[in-house]
Amino acid sequence: MLHFAYLMPLLPLAGFVVLATRGRRLGDPLAGWIGTLSVTGSFVAASVTYAAMLQRPAGARREVVQGWFNWIGVGGFQVKAALLVDPLSVTMVLFVTSVSALIHLYSIGYMRGDADYPKFFAYMNLFVTSMLLLVLGDNLLLTFVGWEGVGVCSYWLVSFWFERDTAASAGQKAFLYNRLADVGFLVAIFLVFSKTGTLDYLGVFSHLHAITPGTRTAIVLLLFAAACGKSAQIPLFPWLADAMEGPTPVSALIHAATMVTAGVYLMCRISPLLALSHPAQIVVGSVGAVTAFVAALIGCAQQDIKKVLAYSTVSQLGYMFLAVGTGAYEAAIFLMVAHAFFKGLLFLGAGSVIHGLHDEQDLKRMGNLRRYMKLSFFTFAIGWLAIAGIPPLSGFWAKGDILTNAFARYPVLWAIGLLTAALTAYYMSRLMALAFFGDERWREVLARPAGGAEGAGGMVPHEAPWVMAIPLVVLSVLAFFGGVLSLPWHPAWDPLQWLGPVFGSNLYSPVQSVGTKWALAIVDAVVALAGLGVALPLWVRRSEWPALEPPALRRALYLDDVYDAVLGRPAEAFARFTAVVVDNKVIDGAVNGAGRVVRVAGGALRRIQTGFVRQYALGIVLGAVVLLAWMASRALS
Amino acid sequence: MTHDPVFPFLTVLVLLPAGAAVVAVLVPRNLSERAARLAVEGVGLAGTLATLALAVTVAIRYKAAGGGYRMVSRHEWASSLGISWHLGVDGISLFLILMAAVLFPLALVSSRVRHQPRAFVGWVLLLEAGCMGSFVALDLVLFFLFFELTLVPVYFVVAGWGFAHRAYAAIKFFVYTFLGSAFLLVGIVALAFIHEHQTGRLTFDLVDLSATHLGLASQVLLFLAFTASFAVKAPIFPFHTWSPDAYAESPVAGSVILAGVMAKMGTYGIVRFDLTLFPRAVVELAPLLLTLGVIGIVYGAVVAAATRDLKRLVAYSSLAQLGFIVLGTFALSTQGLSGSILQMVNHGLIVAVLFIVIGFIHDRRGTWQTSELRGLQRPAPVLAAVFTVGMMASIGLPGLNGFVGELLILLGTFLTHRWWAVVATAGVVLSAIYLLWAYQQAFHHEPDPKSASIRDLSWREGVVVAPLVVIIFFLGIYPKPVLDRITPSVNLLVHRVEIATLTHQPSVASAHAAIRDVAATGVRDGRSSMTVALGSRPCTVGLAKAPTVSRTELRLTCRMASDRDGRSALSRMASR
Repeated sequence: MLHFAYLMPLLPLAGFVVLATRGRRLGDPLAGWIGTLSVTGSFVAASVTYAAMLQRPAGARREVVQGWFNWIGVGGFQVKAALLVDPLSVTMVLFVTSVSALIHLYSIGYMRGDADYPKFFAYMNLFVTSMLLLVLGDNLLLTFVGWEGVGVCSYWLVSFWFERDTAASAGQKAFLYNRLADVGFLVAIFLVFSKTGTLDYLGVFSHLHAITPGTRTAIVLLLFAAACGKSAQIPLFPWLADAMEGPTPVSALIHAATMVTAGVYLMCRISPLLALSHPAQIVVGSVGAVTAFVAALIGCAQQDIKKVLAYSTVSQLGYMFLAVGTGAYEAAIFLMVAHAFFKGLLFLGAGSVIHGLHDEQDLKRMGNLRRYMKLSFFTFAIGWLAIAGIPPLSGFWAKGDILTNAFARYPVLWAIGLLTAALTAYYMSRLMALAFFGDERWREVLARPAGGAEGAGGMVPHEAPWVMAIPLVVLSVLAFFGGVLSLPWHPAWDPLQWLGPVFGSNLYSPVQSVGTKWALAIVDAVVALAGLGVALPLWVRRSEWPALEPPALRRALYLDDVYDAVLGRPAEAFARFTAVVVDNKVIDGAVNGAGRVVRVAGGALRRIQTGFVRQYALGIVLGAVVLLAWMASRALS
Repeated sequence: MTHDPVFPFLTVLVLLPAGAAVVAVLVPRNLSERAARLAVEGVGLAGTLATLALAVTVAIRYKAAGGGYRMVSRHEWASSLGISWHLGVDGISLFLILMAAVLFPLALVSSRVRHQPRAFVGWVLLLEAGCMGSFVALDLVLFFLFFELTLVPVYFVVAGWGFAHRAYAAIKFFVYTFLGSAFLLVGIVALAFIHEHQTGRLTFDLVDLSATHLGLASQVLLFLAFTASFAVKAPIFPFHTWSPDAYAESPVAGSVILAGVMAKMGTYGIVRFDLTLFPRAVVELAPLLLTLGVIGIVYGAVVAAATRDLKRLVAYSSLAQLGFIVLGTFALSTQGLSGSILQMVNHGLIVAVLFIVIGFIHDRRGTWQTSELRGLQRPAPVLAAVFTVGMMASIGLPGLNGFVGELLILLGTFLTHRWWAVVATAGVVLSAIYLLWAYQQAFHHEPDPKSASIRDLSWREGVVVAPLVVIIFFLGIYPKPVLDRITPSVNLLVHRVEIATLTHQPSVASAHAAIRDVAATGVRDGRSSMTVALGSRPCTVGLAKAPTVSRTELRLTCRMASDRDGRSALSRMASR
């Protein structure tokens, strides 16, 4: 059944082609249904592949390369378009397609009435195609194709409402940050090829001995630089908050559940290389831990509901890199999947709130929504408890796995991680309190005539249609029970353990006593409850605590301003200087100056400027040149 | 070299557009203006399409194996002067011919010329003849004649049908390139006389001249003379300042042909003549040219970022693109040079899409200043989409053609000149910056009142851009048919340079070809196994002639289990 693996990326691609060419005619909502169905079909294909894989014995038999055609071949450089179907890629495909299908379904309702409704689904399908290519590619170059593909889809979808200046700029910013980071990816590709003569993952891993340790570290760090761009890690995270300008389903799918995890996937994919480079592991782990902490801190002071979630995503991605850095690849994937469920859920919930409040995103203008949006409240609450790390929801298990590993390997990083866990519980509870508890601060928002046609003061927030409700319910179930993917005490029932052979001996498995594990789990739970306990009473009572929202955190540590002052403006000035002075005055000035000298010297010639005369002059010049050359060569030889 | 006795394809390829030009000029004067225009346009379209058909036939009949010149026609012409009518095509020129043949009909259709259509179509057709001739000429004087022949039509097209500053732009273009050509002519004549002095025979034939013995000093001098001319034509930094003026002031057809086709005559000249004739100078001066290429990449992007004029922006982005082509050429690796050839074709297609779409914008709004355009995407989504395709291909988005070329160039450069490649890779980011800025200014935001009412692409306009868009996608997804024809000729050339200079590209660049060549000798000598050096490790290759296939096809196995380089290279070969 593995032969059908190619259907996984091809179905969404077919959806894209249909929507891009016929979308306008299909219209609203048929275009949305086609988009959703193509992704659902891809999920079915992934499930079939998964079932077929389970039939096979663990190990090399579960590594299948499905070749399509030779893509680029010049001399010793041969790259195939081929898929690598193995437990890692299939796990990725399963969660990517399932979450995508749900978010597509949600979008059918959310995007209803938009002028570019079919285009939205075309982009979304193209995004899913690229994402699947990214995770299924059997070589670094094909992964790079998907990597750039998701980047450009992100650009199109963030600036989807391109009439808004902020949206247009945000899309561009996302693309440029990613592009900058991708330089690392490209150079890494060149380095790998120059050392091993191949780009296939399996081929590269079979000649790691040909690469010197220094080069291995360089390759990993270059790829990590690319991962920092895509997965919004320090210092390249500012784009993700701006990317919230895109429609909320886009934020949920691309900027929370799938694309931003691509960096983590890449690190897991090259784990054999990473495992051989201790310095690179320390860098990855530290950057992850610090990013997790800093982003959580920033998240504590954000006022826009989507921006809180965006910084929370950055923070959670930091956790995943922390896991990768400590060799806990399975734990990283576990959190990645669990995060896709609960963060997807939170974003969709936020979308539902925004939808209900007629596009209001400011937390300070929400409040007490639990009375009016019961379903959104319950599902959102599950997401909140899951990400906060309250047992027995999925987040508790996933985060616990990571912290346990970190504790055994780098206690300092564990401490940062634990502090972050407390902050996570705090900022999410703050969000919860501001949106769903406390005073009803949204009255004047709905009274505004801009949003609805009625514009009457008596309007209340309304619940979303059923296509939007179903994904909320399904995702909340997944977010609640996601922990069963990898429960610690029952090795027989541990679906994620099938990833083991992919990572093999690179997987770091600490030897810890049962007592230590229990102690760590209890500490996790206590810290999470403490965060909850501090935030809820504070923020339910009042929505303004200026001391808790210092400007530095609200402005995300002024990072945007710093980049603008240090890089943006000088670069702009330099470009203008080059264009106006260097190109126009110096280089072209020299050319025109030389021309003027000639013109002055040959002033007489100017008077015979008819075309015919010029032709004769041309002939004369030619003849002279020939003579000159002839004499010159005689003289030379 | 193989003579093709059946039909002189290349001679016809050159003469057909020239003949059509004559027909276009001879369209009777007594017709009504409208009828005359239709007739002339018909002749132009028929001539260029027939040329395209012929070029496609050449491509189909072209046999890549070996990489030498095909469909050669060679006739004594002015034998006392040593000039011959010597034409031939190989993998390096094949796709340039094809690209030019695709662009000319589109360029003609995309510009609607109101006055003097006879002259316009005549000049464009003559230009096509000159371009085709330049790409297939294997005699240096013949090449020079075609090369010069293109100047005159372009001069008249820019000066006659251009925009506000057309006179200045046309003169600047003409004088600048003409001065460059003077160096080329001196170089050609000097080379021929040196050859005559050595052999006693005066000839301008490329194949004969490539056997001339030249000391390093004369190679360097001649290389500089040839390259000065090609560098102006391409243009290569810092000889580029004529190009923004010429591209901006030309009518659409002029811009498309200048940037798409004629720029390639410069880079093609470097590959065809510099690399063939002066390999030692090429290796010696490669760092200089690589540096100019990298400067062009960065410099073009930086100036483009400060430009608010779409046409000039494309001109500077072309400078950056040509920087890539120069980089790949002087990397002197199989991948770099193949990438450069491919990128010449890619750039022609991309720049054509961009200029044609900018022309459409000008038709609607009368300007191409980004500061005066706003929100075009809302009223004209299809136009915006076509521009996006060109833009993304130019940025090097995987799946579109630009990526394949850039990747090969950068990879090939990395293998031989690592740090140049790293800086150039950083240049990849820059192209995204200026193009996305320009796109945002012109296409995003709420449309201004004048832009709000523009119409989207018409049926006719769609037909013009559709072939380009299709080819851009095709070459991005399946470049194999093209690369398979380019590579053998490139191998031949790189090999030639290596022999002449005793240099070697890294073995990873040529592992495949190396094994095949060595194995082929082994089979010819009747051996059953032999040792191939791959990198530093020897690898034993078992050779067996497969009984049912022709002599050249080999079944190869690597017996030394310890060597993975060899195994993977061989398994890649075996799987082909």
